[in-house]
This record gives sequence, C-alpha cells and structure tokens, in this order.
Amino acid sequence: MTEEIIIAGFGGQGVLSMGKILAYSGIMEGQEVSWMPSYGPEMRGGTANVAVILSDERINSPILHEFDTAIVLNQQSMDKFEATVKKGGLLLYDPNGISHPPTRTDINIATIEGAKEASDMNNRKVFNMIIMGAYLKLHPIVKMENIHKGLEKSLPSRHHNLIPMNEQAIQVGMKKVNLIQNLN
Amino acid sequence: MEDVKLMKGNEALAEAAIRAGVDAYFGYPITPQSEVIEYLMAQRPENRTGMVVLQAESEVAAINMVYGAAGAGKKVMTSSSSPGISLKLEGISYIAGAELPCLIVNVMRGGPGLGTIQPSQADYFQAVKGGGHGDYRLIVLAPSTVQEMADFVDKSFKLAFKYRNPVMILADGAIGQMMEKVYLPDAKPRLTDDELIEKYDSWATTGRKNGRKQNIITSLNLKSEKQEVHNLDLQAKYKRIEENETESEEIHCEDADYIMVAFGTSARICQKVIQIGREKGMKLGLIRPITLWPYPSKTIAKYAGKVKGFISVEMNAGQMVEDVRLAVDGKTPVIHYGRMGGMIATPGEVLTAVENHLKTL
Amino acid sequence: MTTSVITPEEIIKTGTVVFKKTENINSVPLSYCPGCGHGVVHRLIMEVVEEMGITADTIGVAPVGCSVLAYEFMNIDMQQAAHGRAPAVATGIKRVFPNKYVFTYQGDGDLAAIGTAETIHACNRGENIVIIFVNNGIYGMTGGQMAPTTLEGMKSSTSPYGRDVHTAGYPLKITEMVAMLPGVCYATRQAVHKPTLVNKTKRAIQKAFENQRDNKGTSIVEVLINCNSGWKMTPEQANIWLEENMAVYFPLGDIKK
Repeated sequence: MTEEIIIAGFGGQGVLSMGKILAYSGIMEGQEVSWMPSYGPEMRGGTANVAVILSDERINSPILHEFDTAIVLNQQSMDKFEATVKKGGLLLYDPNGISHPPTRTDINIATIEGAKEASDMNNRKVFNMIIMGAYLKLHPIVKMENIHKGLEKSLPSRHHNLIPMNEQAIQVGMKKVNLIQNLN
Repeated sequence: MEDVKLMKGNEALAEAAIRAGVDAYFGYPITPQSEVIEYLMAQRPENRTGMVVLQAESEVAAINMVYGAAGAGKKVMTSSSSPGISLKLEGISYIAGAELPCLIVNVMRGGPGLGTIQPSQADYFQAVKGGGHGDYRLIVLAPSTVQEMADFVDKSFKLAFKYRNPVMILADGAIGQMMEKVYLPDAKPRLTDDELIEKYDSWATTGRKNGRKQNIITSLNLKSEKQEVHNLDLQAKYKRIEENETESEEIHCEDADYIMVAFGTSARICQKVIQIGREKGMKLGLIRPITLWPYPSKTIAKYAGKVKGFISVEMNAGQMVEDVRLAVDGKTPVIHYGRMGGMIATPGEVLTAVENHLKTL
Repeated sequence: MTTSVITPEEIIKTGTVVFKKTENINSVPLSYCPGCGHGVVHRLIMEVVEEMGITADTIGVAPVGCSVLAYEFMNIDMQQAAHGRAPAVATGIKRVFPNKYVFTYQGDGDLAAIGTAETIHACNRGENIVIIFVNNGIYGMTGGQMAPTTLEGMKSSTSPYGRDVHTAGYPLKITEMVAMLPGVCYATRQAVHKPTLVNKTKRAIQKAFENQRDNKGTSIVEVLINCNSGWKMTPEQANIWLEENMAVYFPLGDIKK
C-alpha cells in the first residue's frame, strides 16, 4: 500500500501539524513515511501545503505531481490541486470558503464542514483533527490506536491533556463526512 | 523502536551531531537551515554532552571559530545555506590550506544573490570545484534522505580526521525541511582532553608541554618553493581520497538502456521516474553519486558506450552534467534537465525530458 | 699579524649574566624593521607567559599584517588567522579549551578595519581572552597605506596629501569604543618607546592574563608603536613623532579597569 496525500489550505489551519500526526501515526503502524512541506515565510493567512506519503515500501520521491488524495481547505488550494488528484482518487474539502466547487467527474469527492463543526465544539483548534477524521473514515490507512500513539508522539507532553479532545474531533469528522461523488 | 523518530532533515542532522560526540557548533541563522541551531539550542547540549553551541555574529565569524576550535583538535562543525556559504569561503580556503578536520553543512537554496529560500542544487560548482581561492578540495557528501542527514555526520568526521580535510554535507532545502522516519545513531561520548592530546598532539594547538615542539596552525608560506611542496602534498592527499573514498549507488542499472544521474532530492525524484518509466516498459536506471567530490566517474564510465543515453537531473542550470560528460568521454549522448530558482522538477517532467531525449537517439 | 677572535662564551660568562633571551622567544631573526616595537611587545607577552608559568597552557593567534609570522618568534602553540578574524578564531579555541589562556595579537588594520565586527562581538560576548592590539597608525606590511588609526593630515601611500577626514573619516579610537561594552573588563593604552613605558606595558599585559585566569572577560591592551619605515623617519624621529602626535590623539593610560 502506498498513499500519497496533499493537504493544502491557509497557514494557521493546522495543515502542517495534521500532516505530521498522520505521518507519525504511519510510523506507529510500521510504515515508511515522508512529510514534505511547502516552506516559506510562514504567516497566518498565507497558503500552506504539505505532501504526506505513507507506504509499506521505501518511499522514492517526496516530491510528487499527482496524488491519491487531496485535502483542500481554501479556494487557492482547490484551484491548484484539483487537477493533481489521480483518476479514481479522492478530493476531500471543506465547503466553507469554497466559491468554485470541484468539477471533475473521474474522482471521488467528499465534503466535511470542518469549520462549522469546530465552531460547534467551541474549539477552532480541533479543526484539523475533524478534517483528518473525515479523511480516515474514507481511507482507513492507520488504526485508531496508532493515531493515538501518533498524537502522543507529535504533541509535546505538556499538551497531552488535549489528546482526548483531539480524538473526539476525529470521531466527529468520521461521523459527519459526506461522500458526494462516489465512483465505487 | 524508541530511537525511531519523525524528524526534519535539519533536526536529524543536529541530533546526530550531539550523538556523534561533536565538541562545538558555530553558526548563524539562515533559512532553510535555521532548525539546526534552533534544535541544538533547545537540546541544551552543554548539559547532554558538554557540546558548545554558539550563535556567531556572522557566517564569517562562525567559520573562523570553526578554524580555531578545529585547530585545537576538536570535533567542530558549522552549517548554513548558500549565501552564508559564500561568506564562509574565505575561511574554508584557510581551513583547507591549514589542513583542519571539520564539517561544513550547506542546505542549498536558490541563487544567485539573495535568491530564494526554496530548494536548489546550484552550489554544486562552489562545493566541488573550489569556491574559495587556491587549489583545494572538500570531500563533499550528498544525502538524499533524512536518514542520510543523520548518518553522514559521523561519516563526515571520520573522513575529516582520517585525511585532516574539511568535509561538506551538501543538502538542499527539501531534505532540510522534509520529515521522514529516521533511526538515530547510538550516542558516543566526546573525547576527553587527555584522549584528544594523545591522538592529535602531533599537530593540534593543545598547549606546548615541556619539551614538545610548538604546534602551528597556518596556511601561510612566504617562500613559494615551500608553498609548492605544500600544494604537492595536498594533491597527493586528494589523490588518495579519490582512490579510497569515492561512493555512489546504482539503482536498476544492471538491465538499463538509459541512465539518469542525480544526487540529493533530484535522485529521489528520479527513483519515482524509474518506477513510472518501468511501468511503461522503459528500462531506466539511476546512478546516485554519494560523494560529489571525489566524483564517481569510474562508475559512470562503466556504462558509457553501453546505454543509449544519459541525463543529469539537477536543480540548477546544468553543473554536475559537466562531470557526467567528462566521465562518459563522448561515448554516449549526455543531456541535462533542471529547474532553477527554488523550483523542483516533478517526476512527470523528468520522464517527459527522458522520453524526448530517447526520441532523438 | 694575527687576529684573535673573541667567542660569545668569552663575553657571556655564567654568573655574570644579568639579562638573557626569554625562553619563549625562538632563536630566529625577527622579520621586523630596526626600531620597530613589535619585537618588544612579543618579548613582553612571552615574558609574562613564562613568569606566570602558563607556557604549556597558552595558545596565541597571529593576525595578517607585519606580525603575521608572530608564531615563528613566540615559542608556544599558535594559530594564524585570516585577516581580521583573530577574535573569532580565539573564541573558537577558548570555547573548546576554557582552561587554556588564549590571546590574539593584532595590528590596527586587522583589528580596527577588516576585523571590526569580530573585535566588537568578541568583546561584547565578554570572551575570556586577551587582545593585544598593536597600533602604529599605518599598514606597514603592504607598504604604508592608510589605516583606520592614521592621524588626520598624516601622509600614507593611499593618503599621499595627508588624511582628509572629510573623505576618509576620522582616526578610530576602537579601544575606547569597546571599553564601553560590559563584556570588557580591562581596556588600556600603552607604549614601548621608553624603558619606563615598556615596564608599564608589561604590567598591563600581566594584568590582562590575570583577568583571564580569574574569568573576568575580555581584556584589550593597545600598544602604540612606531612604524619608522612606513612613516619615512628614522627610528628616533619616529619615537618623537609618536609622542608628539599619536599619543596626543590616542592618550596613554587605562580606559577601563
């Protein structure tokens, strides 16, 4: 199994840390992983994206031109990454802030109201975990117990008290994800 | 499993430095490698191993601090990115001239000038052809994974002390910034001063004990006859290094009829190109130089005249391709494909370049 | 006619020796011009090191300039630094050998022009080292060009009509500058063109090394010397000129203690 994912949105949405938690969870699952960010002058509101690869085999290129999954969290990222999803792949997005929804018919498309659900939970910081939950529901590439270990590894120990809330957010995402175009 | 971590290349290198028993790091922040000094500072290495970590006032000062501490026989390193390495070149030339062992890390970004902070391999010439003044060589290692960022630290110091020669790890912004699974090397203790004196008292400025001849670290010879002898000695050393330390990896070359040559991040991309190409029935192979100097010319020459063509894939305007052509010696067509200014070629682009080249052969 | 040759042994008899070469100075001819003060300053440093019993623990850093070959004259472990970088090199040595005595020996071009940044930042970090700053107001080694410490109106090969402060700036009082920094524990200006001044300079150098022993921070000892060949004077004229001009703009004495 090899899963090549692009996660893209605004800086401050937790794009990079979601990728890191996924990658760490992959390590806990015994997989090879890579996490390749677009780095630059990091600032709230600027765009941020990270390519994450989880694989049973040695990973060749961390730089990719097409992906199994694109997780898209703003319009600029939609414009840039819709076309890079492999045929039959998955595009997951939060409709909040998307003015031009995807038009491709050869990929699976799902939505998750991440911003709204996070607001309902009174915790905007768990936004990225809601999105990750939605993704894991559709592509269960790592077991929940390894997600737990991934959270433990990626969060500094002073934040370990927040792990239950993050796991709750993952559950919310799993429950609320909406597969709007299903090729299977 | 406890020593398996998900780390950025820069962080893995910094942790490996502590574990390699490095005595001192002198540096100055610059993107995309500031995580090296940030990680070291956060780790309190002065408590972990007694390692000195100092933020200098400039890259110039940092490399000269390396000179001083290396001249004292200590295990010393610095790191920077392209514009900062340009500043260090004066010191690097002095270090090469004075034959001091040390490690210099360049996490390359796009140039020329202030350029960009995105990944690049445009400092190949600077690293392997000189950069600073005078006839000198750095041993240049090119990691292509986060694991190699960690592993090459100890490897570099072994080479540096074996030949009393500066070693450079030539990485790029992508390897510095990306995270991968890394198995951290076992920690080894720093040398005590007594151990150091026992090993290096023949040349290092450890203090002139009773009766010992004074030790002098210098790159100066006012008499040209003496300076020529020094140069001949250096060239003899470089020849020994070429004979003994050249290293490369051959991937799927055994049945290949077309060979890519690439190092660092470009070599990773080319491995994907092999995968996609072979799915389409193309017999592609890759030679990945691990040492950029000494260059694996003999490995490349083995395939010259046997395959249809070579492509040198680099994040620059075509630098290493000159060494590929020297090795191939006109026996087979060689082209270059590269992106510049911080842009990274995708596997798809490289495959297209290979297909286009094959059509002409 | 026969000539009798008197051997050195006949002149110097054991028991009558009242003055001899410092052991820490090598038995080689100095490369300095007759009348130059570098040799005196070398000797003073080596005397202090010898008398303090720290020869085996002292590491010197030579600059670029007339004293580039200082390591051939001082019989201790030494490193030769790139132009201006001696304080950085000394920092590197001292940080990995905190129990050794480390000093730099620098001229005015090295310390106050090309190496200004390294000088100021080593002092600002309070590096526990000794900086010996030998100021002769000119670039001697390269043939008498203008230095940062060349006096106003003073002629040099790159200020042939005299230093014009409106275009070339003012002579730099860098010792006063670094004396302001909290990392500097001792800043003084001395000279060696008279025996009494030589003794004072030796005491200043000794104090600087004692400060290093006591971990007090950076000590800088500036020493005014003549550059009779660069100034195009006889040694005697040069010493008089030094006293009447250099020592007026760069007054002798402790700046910080």
